[in-house]
Order: sequence, then structure tokens, then C-alpha cells
Amino acid sequence: MSEAPSGAPFEQPASFAFTPENRAKADAYIAKYPAGRQASAVLSLLYLAQDQHDNWIPRAAMDHVAEILSMPPIRVYEVASFYTMFNLRPVGQYFLQVCTTTPCWLRGSDAVMDACKKKLGVGVGGTTADKKFTLLEVECLGACVNAPVIQVNNADFYEDLDGASTEKLIDALARGEKPPKGSVIGRQNAAPIGGPKTLTELK
Amino acid sequence: MPKLTINGIAVEVPNGATVLQACQLAGVEVPHFCFHERLAIAGNCRMCLVEQEKAPKPIAACAMPAADNMVILTESERARKARKGVMEFLLINHPLDCPICDQGGECDLQDQAMAYGFDRGRYLENKRAVKDKDFGPLVETSMNRCIHCTRCVRFIGDVAGVADLGGIGRGENMEIDTFVGKALESELSGNIIDLCPVGALTSKPYAFAARPWELRKTESVDVLDAVGSNIRIDSRGPAVLRILPRLHEDVNEEWISDKTRFAVDGLAKRRLDKPYLRRAGKLVEASWQDAFNLIATRLNGVAGSKIAAIAGDLADAEAMMALKDLMAALGSSNIDCRQDGAALDPSNRAGYLFNTTIAGIEQADACVLIGTNPRVEAAIMNARLRKRWLQGGFRVAAFGPKLDLTFPVTSLGAGPEGFADRAREFLKDAKNPMIVVGQGALRRKDGAAILAAARDLADGVGAVREGWNGFNVLHLAAARVGGLDLGFVPGSGGRDVAGILAGAEKGEIDFVYLLGADEIDMNHLGRAFVVYQGSHGDAGAARADVVLPGAAYTEKDATYVNTEGRVQLARRAVFPPGEAREDWSILRALSGVVGKILPYDSLAALRAQMAKTYPTFLGVDHVPQAAWGPFGKSGALDPAPFVYPVADFYRTDMISRASPTMAECAAVKSASSQPKTGTHG
Repeated sequence: MSEAPSGAPFEQPASFAFTPENRAKADAYIAKYPAGRQASAVLSLLYLAQDQHDNWIPRAAMDHVAEILSMPPIRVYEVASFYTMFNLRPVGQYFLQVCTTTPCWLRGSDAVMDACKKKLGVGVGGTTADKKFTLLEVECLGACVNAPVIQVNNADFYEDLDGASTEKLIDALARGEKPPKGSVIGRQNAAPIGGPKTLTELK
Repeated sequence: MPKLTINGIAVEVPNGATVLQACQLAGVEVPHFCFHERLAIAGNCRMCLVEQEKAPKPIAACAMPAADNMVILTESERARKARKGVMEFLLINHPLDCPICDQGGECDLQDQAMAYGFDRGRYLENKRAVKDKDFGPLVETSMNRCIHCTRCVRFIGDVAGVADLGGIGRGENMEIDTFVGKALESELSGNIIDLCPVGALTSKPYAFAARPWELRKTESVDVLDAVGSNIRIDSRGPAVLRILPRLHEDVNEEWISDKTRFAVDGLAKRRLDKPYLRRAGKLVEASWQDAFNLIATRLNGVAGSKIAAIAGDLADAEAMMALKDLMAALGSSNIDCRQDGAALDPSNRAGYLFNTTIAGIEQADACVLIGTNPRVEAAIMNARLRKRWLQGGFRVAAFGPKLDLTFPVTSLGAGPEGFADRAREFLKDAKNPMIVVGQGALRRKDGAAILAAARDLADGVGAVREGWNGFNVLHLAAARVGGLDLGFVPGSGGRDVAGILAGAEKGEIDFVYLLGADEIDMNHLGRAFVVYQGSHGDAGAARADVVLPGAAYTEKDATYVNTEGRVQLARRAVFPPGEAREDWSILRALSGVVGKILPYDSLAALRAQMAKTYPTFLGVDHVPQAAWGPFGKSGALDPAPFVYPVADFYRTDMISRASPTMAECAAVKSASSQPKTGTHG
């Protein structure tokens, strides 16, 4: 498996089923594709399963998705193991994905990564003893304008980080708070620091 | 029809052909690993890179459609360099353990590395290590050697239709795996060993047995089902070491079933290699002369009507003909080749053949199966049905318990209830309808009525016309069609198998000759004197009073007729063990001792006589359309559900029952079909 953060054995749950809400969402995804092409919804359903199941996808969930989409289970395993965004083993409550691709690296992702390692006391791929954090190095997250960035779980981007603000972010998450997502230095969307510099006369 | 130039040779190729196929047409070799003409195109090994004029970079010949005016160069500096580079990358993680690899000597990677590779490695880093997988008792894995061509994945998913294998992970971490660690659940899984271009998948039973250049190769046919798959027997000295498929487009393409391939170790087990006589209840070794003398003594003065003969499932046509002639000389008409009592009607050839032919399945557009599960009865036939289904516009329905044929099957009922109406409704719009009657239907008491009903159905839906015959009987035994063609059935006033057994039990039959017949209930043979002639110590030998050791199908030149009515020749790869002899010659020798000398002294003379008396044996590997006529016997159908005749795919005859490999497969299969427990998954 590609993204195994650690080799420790873990328990696979015996069964998995979507909650009624998620099942309704799944049906909506499936309805986007023509009849007979429902397998196209496999990525969306895997994301749903991961969100529902503590940020990782057990085998039972892949089998469940395969059954819903009438695919052979192996085809779902192939997809799930191909994408590093899917966790096939348990991860911490907060899954920190630190981007280290060139733009982020140029803007100081090394400091962000070092801060994570120091603060959490684990290496890349590791999970803290309290099962709160898992740290992962990832390739481009597509937020280069506000580099460097960390993606937390499958949802929130924290941008314009440096060592100190990374430690602050981890502290806040550890306390159970949810800091506002986006730029940590108050940048408006992807505008230049300090506000827009062009088209300012337009009302 | 695009016209293009390959290395200066102009070729015209059919629409949809690839550049690689164009190169092959031009007689230009392009090295490749992932491309296989019977599998989907993947284009992932990159070995077939060639230069296309005006293209910015080399193209993958296997995945590029041939187009008009293309100029392809396969030996240019650029193409050479590209190939060399690909080969170097393929070898980066390949262990180069050829001396201890079973693929050595027949390895595509080895050959192509010799022809297109560097003479040394430049890679100093550690190679990646991949855990070996457990694919069950047949396929050995050595995944370090895998080059990820995905031929096995495509075969298991597309041709075999069980989708057990996949490429797990990505990039450098990709591994071919079942993910859940189970044995492959296909009857065709052995074919991935042939498909694997490297030594990642090799044969488990054949592991470290021989090198390919030590083997003598004999082209023959398989007899473990009625398909008659074409095979190559690889032997060394007196031992048959393995069986490989041989290309025959109209029969097995280039696949064979796992039973065909792996039951071969049954040829060395439980063999009868000496004549035996029963003395005081125990079988003791004897000489041929003593055995023949005892038979002659027991036959002396016995009326023909008290003598009977039954031919088994693996009997060859020559032996059946010799036995039939001997029985006729002894005045007996109590002969039968239908061990299972199937209501096959020998009077009309079209009534017991698979008339559509296996290749003809690809022209059919709807199919009704009656009491048959082709997946286990004729796995190769099922692969052809699946191939037809994948092409689209093919519907299959079945009378019988629920089936998993790897493609959708509409159930029309577990038994023959409402047979005519439901089947007619299903086939009514079909242009080329097929009806397949299985032995599960014909073995029943109402078998003749089902046969007649199927015949009426074929007439009713227009399944029989000039150029198309959609009426089919799917046989299980390689001997059956040959036996029926030879008329190895009761003569006038003669007894069939049930009659012989009933007669023996009541003491009306004193002498029974079993020619490899093991599937009858030996308890019904009563006090009759039983001669068993065959290759293996199975049920028949256990009951026999005299055992005559015969030859297995790899040990004799013999004729078999497959379920289509195709006459094929099996050839001798090794000699029969010990004192065992070819079956026809045993009967010829016996005929001399009992004073009824058969009129042929050689196999050639026997075959000449056979072809003269039964002209269907004239044309080898030829399937003439059989004339349509009446057969079967109309009657009431019993609504009871059909029972499929093959419960255990891996053990259907004395050879596969003697095979340790087949026993292991059957054990794995039955373990995996146990109800799942709470901890499963």
C-alpha cells in the first residue's frame, strides 16, 4: 500500500455502511453519470467513506462502495491505493498534509515541516501517541499563490504559514479549536499582501 | 485499409490495426511485453517504441492505430536508443536471478534483454523488494521479477471474468495483487503463467522440475473434458512434466483449463502397470498370458446375451471400435458408452453434437442453457461464451439452479417447468439462437423427452437452417461423441448401462468388460465376472476380477472426437508404465486368446477399417454440418429442478482424481466456499 504511514498492525472493522445522509449524497453523485457508467462515481464515494470513517477507508468500506457501484472490489482497491489522498490505515484525528513542492519550498515549507516535526515529535508518515495528529509530506495542493500551505484532513487549507504560525496552528488544533481557514496572515483570498494593488478605481 | 511503410516495406493493414500489427504483417519484429493480441491494449511496458517520421518522439507501436502514409522506422538510431533505454529501466528493479528462475530459457525478458539490452548494468542503488503473493495452489509468484505489464490482470478480468487481480499502489510502489490475499477463483488461472513474459508467475506444481530445453514436446489433445483442447505435452524420459496449450482458433484459442494443465501429476499416481487377477478376494500380480487365459476360460461357453461391455469417459475411438468388434464376435449386443445413462440418441448425429461449434458461438445472439453449467463442465467453452458476451448483443438464459458464469444469465426456472413457452419467448427475436442441452438434463429419467422438447424448440425458433445449427449438446466426456459415432450403444435387443447393471445384479449377465469405466455404481455388478481395462486404479479396478493395464491419453496414438464432432488425434508422448499397453492392442491380443481374432494387426489397419466403416473418422480436425433429423422421444417433463452433473471441477475422472494438485485445488475451493464467519473481511 502506497501511503502506509506506519507499518503497525491495525484492526479492520468487520462491516461498513453509509449513513442515510451519506447514502443520499452518494446517490446524488451516482446520478451525475449515465446509466451503466456509475463506476465513475468511485472517487466521490471513497471520499465520502473516508469522511464518515475517521479519515481512513477500511476494506469493508471499499467493498461497500464496490457493491453500490456494481464494480469488482479489486477495481475499487486499485483506485483507493493509487491516490495518496485516501488513507487505507488509521490516521490521527488531524491529518496534516504539508506541501513541499517547489513553490511552497521556495516560500519556506522546510520551516513549516520542521515546526511540525518538532511540535508533534513524529517524522513524516508518523502519528502522535495520542492519535491526534498524523503528519504527511505531499505534492502540490494547488494553492501555490499563498504558499506554503498545510491541508488539514480532507477539508481545510491553512496558507501563508511559517514556523511560528504552524506551531500556533497545531496548538489550536490540539486544544480542539478550529482556527479560521485560509491565509493565516489575513490575506484576502489570493490578493497581494496588504490588499488589491490593481483595478482599485473600479467601483 | 490504411497503407503505410515499415522500414521501407509498404503494407496495407485492416482498419483498426495497430502499428505493431502492421510491423508483424511486414515481417518486422518489434519487441514487446504488455501487448497480447487476445487481451485489451494497455501500452504500459513501452518496449515497443518505434520511430514515426515527423512525430516529435517515439511512439508505442502497440497502442498507436495504423494510419495512411505513416512512415515507421523500427531500426533507426532513435528507435534503438528508446528501446535500449526502456530495457534498462525494466531491468533496474528486476532481480536478474535467471539461474534460479523457472522461466529461464522461455523468458521474453531474457530473450529481449539479450537482443535489445545493454551488456552491463549502470544501476548501483538498491533494488526494490516486493513481497510474494499467495495466488493459490497453482500459480507460484515471485513478485520481485514483475515488470507490471498487467497481462495477468487483463486476462483474469477480461477473459476469465473473475476480476481477482489488480495493480495496487502507484508508481514505484505498484504491486500486482488480489489485495485480500485469496486464491484465484478461476478455472483458467493457469493461463496467466503462460502470459507472464517474465518469471513472476510460474507453475507451482512444476516448480524447479525441468528446464525447457530438456523437454520433449509432443502435440496432442486434451481428454479431461469434451472440448478437446489442443495441448503440447512436455515430457522428459518416462515422465510427463507439464501440459501447455497449443493454438487452435476454432477450439481453445490459446487457453486451456486448469484441469487440463495441472491434472498431469495424476498420470504418475495410482497407475496400473501390471495385469492383476483376483485370487481369494485379493488382486495379485499376474502375467498377461495368465490374465488372458483366465478371461478366455470364463468366456468359454457363455452365451453372447450374458456378456456385456461398457466404455468409459476417456476411452479412445480405436479401443472402443476393437471392443465393439470383439463383443460382436462374441455374439453380444450389450454394449454402451453412456456410462451416466444419458438419453443421448445415437440415431442422428446432429442430435448429440455441439452443432453450432465453439467458434460459431461468436455468431450467436441468444443462448438458452438447459441443465448445464459450462463454467465447470467446459471452462474453455465458457470463456468463448463470455467473449461473445463482451462483444455485446448476446443474451444468455438458463434452466437450472442459479449459475455464476462470469456474465449475466437470466434464470428461466430451476427445472423444465414451462420450458417450451419460456425458452421460445426468450429466443423469439434472436437471429442466430443457440440451445445448449447439458448432461444434467439428459441424465434424468425424462432426458429423452427434454431432448425432444429442445429439438422442437430449435425447430420452433428457427435455430436450424442452412448455414446455422443452433442445437447443441454439451458433453462432459472426451470419449462420448466418438463412442456414439462408432455406434457403441446397445444393438437390437441389447442392454444399455442400466440394463447391464440390472442384469448383472439379477445374474442375467455373467461377464462385464469395463473399458476405463469408473463412473458406474460397482455395487450393482453383482456376481458377474468383471474385466477392467484402464490406466488408473479407481473404482473399476477395485471391483474387477481381472485388471488389464492400459495406457493414459499421453501414452498412446489415439483418436478422440470432441463435443463439436471434431475428430482429433492424441499422440504418444511417453510409453505406458511397466507392462501397460495401448488399449486397442490389448483387445487385439485378447481376441486371439479367445479365438475371435480381430481383423487388424496394426493401428494403421484399425484406423483404415474404422474410416471405412464410420466415415466421420475420415476427416481429422474437420467439422462437417450434421444432417438434421428426428431424435429424442416426446414425453412429459418432470418439473423437478435440474442437477448440474459436475460438482467438483477439479476431480471428474480417474486422472484428475489421482492428481494431488487437483485434490489441493478442490480443498482450497471447498474451504473458500464455507459460510463466512464474523471475522471474515
